[in-house]
This record gives sequence, C-alpha cells and structure tokens, in this order.
Amino acid sequence: MLAKTIAELQAEGRTPEILFWVGCAGSFDARAQKVTRALCEILNHAGVEFAILGNEERCTGDPARRAGNEFLFQMTATMNIETLNMYGVKKIVTACPHCFNTLKNEYPELGGHYEVVHHTQLLNELIANGKLKLKEGGDFKGRRITYHDSCYLGRANDVYEAPRALLETLDVDLVEMKRSRKNGLCCGAGGAQMWKEDEPGNKRISTERIEEALETNPTAVVANCPFCLTMLQDGLKAKEKNEQIPVYDLSEMILSRL
Amino acid sequence: MLQSFLFLLVAGAASWFAWKGFSRVWRNIQLGKPEKIGGEKAQRWRNVLLVAMGQQKMFKNWLPAVLHLFIYVAFVITQVELLEIFVDGIFGTHRFFATYLGGFYTFVISSIEVLSVLAFVATVIFLARRNLLRVPRFWKPEMKGFPFRDANLILLGEIILITGIFCMNGGDKVLQIRGVEHYHLTGNFAVSTWLGPALFGGLSDATVMVIERFGWWLHIFTVFGFLCYLPYSKHLHIILAFPNTWYARLTVKGHMENMPEIQKEVRLMMGLPPLPSPEGVGGAPDENAPGELPEFGANDVLSLSWLNILQAYSCTECGRCTAVCPANITGKKLSPRKVMMDVRDRAEEVGAQVASGKQQVASYDDGKSLFDRITPEELHACTTCNACVEACPVLINPLEIILEMRRHEILTQSAGPAEWLPMFNSIENAGAAWAMSEAREAWRD
Repeated sequence: MLAKTIAELQAEGRTPEILFWVGCAGSFDARAQKVTRALCEILNHAGVEFAILGNEERCTGDPARRAGNEFLFQMTATMNIETLNMYGVKKIVTACPHCFNTLKNEYPELGGHYEVVHHTQLLNELIANGKLKLKEGGDFKGRRITYHDSCYLGRANDVYEAPRALLETLDVDLVEMKRSRKNGLCCGAGGAQMWKEDEPGNKRISTERIEEALETNPTAVVANCPFCLTMLQDGLKAKEKNEQIPVYDLSEMILSRL
Repeated sequence: MLQSFLFLLVAGAASWFAWKGFSRVWRNIQLGKPEKIGGEKAQRWRNVLLVAMGQQKMFKNWLPAVLHLFIYVAFVITQVELLEIFVDGIFGTHRFFATYLGGFYTFVISSIEVLSVLAFVATVIFLARRNLLRVPRFWKPEMKGFPFRDANLILLGEIILITGIFCMNGGDKVLQIRGVEHYHLTGNFAVSTWLGPALFGGLSDATVMVIERFGWWLHIFTVFGFLCYLPYSKHLHIILAFPNTWYARLTVKGHMENMPEIQKEVRLMMGLPPLPSPEGVGGAPDENAPGELPEFGANDVLSLSWLNILQAYSCTECGRCTAVCPANITGKKLSPRKVMMDVRDRAEEVGAQVASGKQQVASYDDGKSLFDRITPEELHACTTCNACVEACPVLINPLEIILEMRRHEILTQSAGPAEWLPMFNSIENAGAAWAMSEAREAWRD
C-alpha cells in the first residue's frame, strides 16, 4: 500500500513524523492522483514515516472562502482542525498550494497551528539531508523546460526558490517565461474559478499563459499545483500541443530519478 | 507692502480651500468601519522608507521609475525654494536665504534647477507616453473623462511650475549680472545663469523685472492651485502614499481576513467553546438589533474597512494592477484599478450625502450601493492571484475589496454564480470540492 491513514498507523502504535495532506484534487482528480502517488512513492523510498487522513480529510475550504462563503469555510476548516488536533499532528506536507496556503496562513487564527510545507520544499529538504538519493542522469537532464509559478505558492507565500532548486538538481535547461516569480501570470483556476465558466472575455487565461510558455520553446512545462496542471494541459489542448508537450509536477520528475 | 498683503491674502484663501478639501477626504475615509491597525513598527517604517520614500516597487519597470523619480526628487527639493518664497512673500524680502547660506544657497538652487530640467523632460515624456504612445493601461474604459483630464492637468501643472521657476531665476540672474539694485548676487545657478541671458538678455530691465515677478507669482499660484486641487485628484498620492504604506497589511498575500463573528457562530453551532480571541475579535452579531439579520461582507463603503477607503484615495490610477490582471488581460470586465476608483467615487457620494445632512451614517440608505458601480460580473472574474496587489507601487490591495464584496454576495444576498452551488453543497455534505462516489483514499489501492 502506498500510504496508510493516521488511524491505521496509530492502531499499530506508530506516530507519523509528517502528515501528507492530499487535498480534494489529489484525491479525486485523475491527473492529480498521479502526483499523489508519485509523492507517496518518493516518501516511501526516502523512508519517511508519513500518513494521510484518508476519509477524515475534508476540503480545506479554500474555494468556499474565496468564493465568499465564509460560513462553509469556517465549518469545514474547524472540522479539519478538530481532526488534526485530535491526532496531534505537528507537521504537514501537501502537493497543493491552495491547501498549503490555507493550512499555513488561515488555520492558525482558527486554532490550528502546524508546520506546513509544500512538497517541493520537503523534497529539497530530503535531498539536502541525504535521505533522498537521486540516480545520475535521468530523462530530464539537459532538457529545455519552462516552469510555471503558481499564485498560491509564489506571490501568496513567496516560495520561488524551492521548485527551482529541484529543477537545478534535475539538471534541466530551465527557460523562464517573461512573466515569472513575483510577476508570474495566473493559470486561471484560483479564486474558485475552477468551479465555474469564465466570465465573458476574448480569451481563456490558460491560453494566454500557455502561449507564453510556448514562446520559450519547451519540451515540457512544469508546475507545482494540481489546478495549474489541469489549466496548463487545457491550454496545450487548445493549442493542439498536448501530444508533443507534457505538463509535469515536480514530484513526478524527481520520481523518475529514483 | 502691497505684495505682502496680496501674498497673505492668496495664501490664506488657498489654505482655507485646501483645508476644506483635505477635511472632506479625511471625513470620507472615516466612513469605513473602524479597525485598529498598528504594531510591528519596524516593518511599517521599512515600508514607508523603502516603498513610499524609496519608491522600491516603481523599479519593476525602470524607465517610468527613473522619470518618476526625477519629478519626485525635484518636488521634494523644491520645497526649499518654496519656503523662501513664503518668507519673501510675507516679509517683502528678496531671496532671503541667499544672504545667510552663501555658497550653499547657490548649490541648493542649482540642484533644484538641474532636477527641474530633469523633471521637465520626464513630464514631457509622460505626456507623450500617455497621449501619443498611448500606453494601453492609460486607455482603459475607466480612464475616460475626468481621470484622463486629471492626469494631463497634473502634468501640465508641473510644466507651469517649472516654467515659473526658470522665469524667476532666469530673470533674477539677468538683473544680477546687470547690477540692478535689489537683485543681490547669489552666485552662478546651474541652469538659469545661461538660460536667463539666453532668453531675456535682449529685454529692458523693467521687462525682465516683470518676468522675474511673473515667474515668482506663477510658481506660487500654481503651488496653491495644486494644494487646493489635490484632494479632488489622483495626485493625492503624493501625500497619502505615506500613510498608505504605513497601514498596509503585513500578513503574507495569501492570507484572507478572518471573520471572527462567523467563526464564533460556527463554533457555537458545532458545540465547541469559543477560541481565546485576540483583541477586538468576536461580538459582531450581538451588535445588531434583535431580530435584525446581520450583514456580512461589504456592499458599500460603510461596510468596508477605513483602510480600503484610504487605499482608494491613495490610488493614482497608474493602472499597473489592471495591466497585470489575468482577467483584464483576457478581455474580462474586471479592472482592479476601477475597483479602487469606484470605492473612492462612492465614498465621495456617500460623504456628500452625510455632510449635507441628508443622510446619517448609522441609517444610511440612498437606494444605491457599491454594487451599482462594481458589478457581480467583475467580482466573479477575479482569480485571487494577487498580481494586482503585487503590482501596486504604494501597497494598495484591490483584492481585499473584491473578496469582501463576494462575501456580501454569498452571505448576505444569497446570490453569486449558480455554478458554485454544487461545490458548496459537496464541501458541506461530502467534505470534498467535487461530489465523488468513491472513497477519498481510493487512489492508493
């Protein structure tokens, strides 16, 4: 089994050093599930004792809160905090920048105090302290790749270097888009846009973003967020480039080097 | 004597008008909900010094940043000459500081002159960028009419100010060189020592004296004009940028303001004890009269924080926020700059009603709201990406207003995009953002 729930682990009398917050996308979205599995494989490979909440995990409430539904946010967040506190969770890793932001910045005011890291930060940590040893070479060495900063890891939380450090470890030929880091352009999914059609306009935001990515003439586009993955793939589909150019999450790239 | 009298009269009238204007702005800012903002003084000073004084965020785009810096530094340093104009104006002296400062005076006035030339060049380039090159962010729909004229008027005013300085200094230099009585020597000014004779060298003493006085009055009149016009103009940012950067929120951009009153309700509903709350938290629903439904979020300036209104008045309509907004870039109606302008214009409208006694703040109802200006379509286009917040050179946050209005839409009006309902229902009933049949951990099998 790729991952045990915290309840299963505690039944064995063990306590995880870190909780993997899978999130709704990571749990249910077919594309994001691949990232979830990749991260589990990496953590298992590195010998990290981790657990998931399984069916005790609920949506963090990010889309509800940003849509304006504070009642729903407070409800779901409070339930999550009750669960996390009951299990005595201290440290959380997540592959979703929206979950990351909510858990890290918005749960403390509601009584949930945890050390929260994004998976790109944890992977760097594991590589730095030698727990994660990567094979030489790999599929990505020297490949021309562009990286998309997600808004919720980037601007919202000022994490720009951890994902780039991984790309450096992977020895890719990173080509930055014109709008990157603090000036990165949104993929179009945030603020609960993922759950609705675009307002009237002349272009999809994902198309605008992928056009910029294509200007770098990449062999692959890299993201750190399940929603960005979806949007960037949609953008590539709209440009009929989805066959030639894949969109990867960083964990998938690291996995290929184990 | 006559000049002193005239000067005091003009200064008095201008101060009175300016005072009225600034009081109006101050009063309108206070229409917002009271909120204590402070603490972490070191970080706040850092923001004022780096962002407001140091113009750090302007330098994302170096060309306008450098040009803007010329105008800004010229403005700051010209205050020395302005102070002298005041002293001379009141006491009937002529270049009062020159006698006491000697060589340093020459240096200061020369610096003002050099920067004035740079500011002049910058202003001309700004006018060209705006009107000839038509930089797109200056030509969005919200810039039609007054905002367009306002921007050009300010730039024109700057040119007049600089013209005044050089008439005054140039004329003075010509008269000094000719040894005319009363125009004592002040050393060589960097620009007017050659510009003065070049422009006015062929004119009679009397004419040059008129030009010198004309420059002096033109400059001070324009300064007073600016002062009175500021509280009606986007140009107010030259003052409000400082308090605005001081009061800007210090949390990471990803953090959304909590709603303690709802938190309290939810915990009560779930049978949980209230959290030990930080200062000022809790209580809001109790403040409502019994039987009255509490209003959540913001539909008007009265339900926004005073900080949002301060930010609206600090906005100089540069449009850097709108230029980076993914919704705006892709042709949606949302423009973060328009959100700020709408809040300011609505504050003006509400403020006028309250000031005239037609409405009271506590019972305010003029049949209109912020939603008449900012439509749901605009609010719904936002991806909460924080690009606008990042782009603002003076730390304005349009996103906070958008989110407060979304809260009002959902919580108070029970409106909002119908497509969000399945997501809400699913989170409420199944704990997931999508309604799914399989188990949450089914991916691991």
